[in-house]
Amino acid sequence: MEVTDVVCPLCGCVCDDVVVEVEDNKVTKVKGACAVGKSKLMGHGRITSPAIRENGVLKDCSYDEAIKRAAEILAAARRPLMYGWSSTVCEASKVGIELAEEIGAVIDNTASVCHGPSVLAIQDVGLPSCTLGEVKNRADLVIYWGANPAAAHGNHMKRYSYISKGYFLPEGKKEKKLAVVDVRETKSAKLADVFIRIEPGKDYLVLSALRALLLGYDDVVPEEVGGVSKKDLLELVQMMKETKFGIIFFGMGVTHSRGRHNNIVNAIQVTRAAHKHTKFNIMPMRGHYNVNGFNQVCTWETGFPFSVDLSEGYAWYNPGETSSTDLLMRGECDAALFIATDPGAHFPGESIRHLSKIPVIQIDPYANPTTEFADVVIPAAISGIEAEGTVYRMDNIPLRLRKMIETEYMTDEAIMKGILKETRLLTLSRRL
Amino acid sequence: MAIELLIKNGVVYDPINGVNGEKKDICIRDGKVVAEVKNPTVLDAKGRVVMPGGVDVHAHIAGGKVNSGRLLRPEDGRRGIEPKTTACRACSGYSVPNTFATGYRYAKMGYTFVMEPAMPPLAARHTHEELIDTPILDNATIPLIDNNWMTMDYVKSGDIDLLAAYIAWIIKATKGYGVKIVNPGGTEAWAWGKNCDLNDAVPHFDVTPAEIIKALAEANEKFEMPHSIHVHGNMLGHPGNYERTVETYDLVKGVKATKDRPVMHATHTQFFAYGGTTWGDFESKAKAIADYVNNNEHVSIDLGSVILGDTTTMTADGPMEYSLYQITGRKWTNHDVELETGSGITPFLYSGKVSVHTIQWAIGMELALLVKDPWKVALTTDHPNAGPFIGYPILISMLMSKKRRDESAADMHSAIYKRAELPSIDRELDLYEIAIITRAGTAKILGLDAHGKGHLGLGADADVAIYDITPEEQDAGKIQKAFLNTKYTIKGGQVVVMDGEVVAAPPGRTFFVTPECDPKLTEEMMPNLKEKFEKYYSVTFANYPVQDAYVPNPYEIKAPMRG
Repeated sequence: MEVTDVVCPLCGCVCDDVVVEVEDNKVTKVKGACAVGKSKLMGHGRITSPAIRENGVLKDCSYDEAIKRAAEILAAARRPLMYGWSSTVCEASKVGIELAEEIGAVIDNTASVCHGPSVLAIQDVGLPSCTLGEVKNRADLVIYWGANPAAAHGNHMKRYSYISKGYFLPEGKKEKKLAVVDVRETKSAKLADVFIRIEPGKDYLVLSALRALLLGYDDVVPEEVGGVSKKDLLELVQMMKETKFGIIFFGMGVTHSRGRHNNIVNAIQVTRAAHKHTKFNIMPMRGHYNVNGFNQVCTWETGFPFSVDLSEGYAWYNPGETSSTDLLMRGECDAALFIATDPGAHFPGESIRHLSKIPVIQIDPYANPTTEFADVVIPAAISGIEAEGTVYRMDNIPLRLRKMIETEYMTDEAIMKGILKETRLLTLSRRL
Repeated sequence: MAIELLIKNGVVYDPINGVNGEKKDICIRDGKVVAEVKNPTVLDAKGRVVMPGGVDVHAHIAGGKVNSGRLLRPEDGRRGIEPKTTACRACSGYSVPNTFATGYRYAKMGYTFVMEPAMPPLAARHTHEELIDTPILDNATIPLIDNNWMTMDYVKSGDIDLLAAYIAWIIKATKGYGVKIVNPGGTEAWAWGKNCDLNDAVPHFDVTPAEIIKALAEANEKFEMPHSIHVHGNMLGHPGNYERTVETYDLVKGVKATKDRPVMHATHTQFFAYGGTTWGDFESKAKAIADYVNNNEHVSIDLGSVILGDTTTMTADGPMEYSLYQITGRKWTNHDVELETGSGITPFLYSGKVSVHTIQWAIGMELALLVKDPWKVALTTDHPNAGPFIGYPILISMLMSKKRRDESAADMHSAIYKRAELPSIDRELDLYEIAIITRAGTAKILGLDAHGKGHLGLGADADVAIYDITPEEQDAGKIQKAFLNTKYTIKGGQVVVMDGEVVAAPPGRTFFVTPECDPKLTEEMMPNLKEKFEKYYSVTFANYPVQDAYVPNPYEIKAPMRG
């Protein structure tokens, strides 16, 4: 059976034109996805059974037992953390936020170690942006800054930006220019009309220089900034002034190099400075397919996008105090639930050391380093293959993931609902 | 067993049924108003004011732009923090409250229906996701259809039938309620950093905003739509725009309505009633607008009245928000949406010490007081643009009290005495008129009176607000307090607010319209639409329509095509 218009559950591109062959309830062929997306859709090693750690060893158990154990851990916790959410659907996040309210948890998603600085920058100055179709139809100058879509967002250029054809640019890349700013010559940089190689950690300086040049303060810019000659900067500025519609896509190279959210504030200010001359937009290259979706749901349900502390019954948002790594580095939380994520691979060593001391619940289709220290492991259906639900693309466009395969695995949403129900029973009986 | 409720001894204001302050009992069974009940739970209203549940014709409460406003402003979020209770989820926000707070706070004011008036079709799922999470309130949402390339194609070719086929398709695809227009042509121009006035050609599309508005009014009237086109015109917020506003109203004067209602609803009119040439000689032209509305039957308006203080402005009118941010220098978010629309958001402080803001403040109320027929006017603040909905009780108390208006004016910039009409207006609205501009009239403007909203006649939805004042109350402060927190709010026959506290939070229903287009026209329109998806949209045709899962509590209104 051929399934068309499949929505890919891999990266923030959320390509929705993938074609998948399904035979005997298995994906046998994938057309139109990038290599990474294809690999995910084709499927690979799964956690086979729910399990609870006993004497250091994970022992298989039933879903009911695992969910009950998870609820016991969370109901007993005084400072629980619930983290992840970026590779699952919004429907699961909603139940998660309700559970976090119920138990007074801190709820956080992977943005806090990813584009969290971008969110902080937006809260400082705002974000002039657009949907990806606007870029496809209008952008004659595309700038990737600290982002390497050729490796990380395989179809981004083809579907939405430099290589795509659009209404006002029917000839595609022949009518467009591509500029890449990075600390090394990436695969994306090799395709660029202009590649600007900056010294590591000098993004802020280079952005400041561009901003000064766009605002007409050429005289304050020295002959070299962050390893880039003034001549090259002037060339890029000229391109920016001459474009009819420009876009900056920025990645983790800017959010997580020295300067962090200040870099993004400065990048947004560069965009605003470009408005003196022409139309310009800027967009973060969101990583996981639904990292944005959690931020959206958390914002409309609690008022705040991530790192939300619900311990007092209301939402308290103060990244730097209430993010997952803040909590873990202070050794503060006494239980953790991780869903659709892998802190074991991504968090600082010191926070992992704390995690090894407290009960940890993992919900995920796949085993990963977090499984090595998880006390309760609950395997989940793969959203977008075995479960449907809502996701938000990097440009805030909501799409519905499809279910193509029948499965015995419970969905993230159903698991969360189970834990919520069991936790409520426990807290109720404790009150009685 | 039937769930029955009896509201005894209330003084009822039910303008659709001509009930003006009569002592009257209201019987409720299974969520509807009925003639009699057998074993009811009795609520003694004890001479208090009883009205149908409030119906808000225009408030930005859900969707991408509202959420971008929340994300942009954690400082606003912190202004409205409330812990969860046994009935309620945790709340946050003042001008951009979270979805839960939106539902609870409206219910506390006695409102039971809210129209979200600006849904970007491509992001329709987002609007519906938030509406699902907005408790208590019945709701609906209107898709933006005016800057759409499909619309402009048919405006250019003059093919109103195919335009009708397209609006029918997109209203169905988005589970929407009607046709929203926001700065027609101007938002498309904004995609290039430009703007359009009413008779300018839209860059690259060779049509004018005036042509778009007229064509959409005609296409809307091809169906028996409950609501007229809902219009935010060109040049919002510009000094001297009132002439353009009147010209916009006049565009559709000859268009014949398929139902007994106007053919245009002009929204947040305060922002369109400006005289002067600059901010320096800025003045109120509310009288000119009111005169037009008084002398014509084809236009209804809502106020967009200012609530003083800090708020978050947000609109699909991208160039307007850019202008505003240029004035204030505060933070600014913009989001252009391919082939369809755009949006902008920036915080704004309305200060009674600033001449322009003072005049704006006056204009909203002038419109309410100068338009003679209250059925043509709806009370709004264009939440959150002119102020948050939580300010409605302030506005109600002002409209009911000349004394309170005068006291407030005395404390504000003296420009109000020179360049506004308000101090010279003596009219005070009574409770009957308040009931019209907050529920009966708004329900009629939206065509919801035929679907059980805005009145308490037999068969109506049992949505009732009981305010803790008697009809004789003259104290503006007490009136304001009563309209902020009801004694009881009943939604669908269930008590949801008691003594100003939310005691139950059932989910609301989403009302949507299904325009029934001639299949031949749909078929003829389809190749053009599919080409737009194949070549220009960034999502596929199959993934675009909103699935039923996003409207878990649906109420469908069919709109047959006029033969």
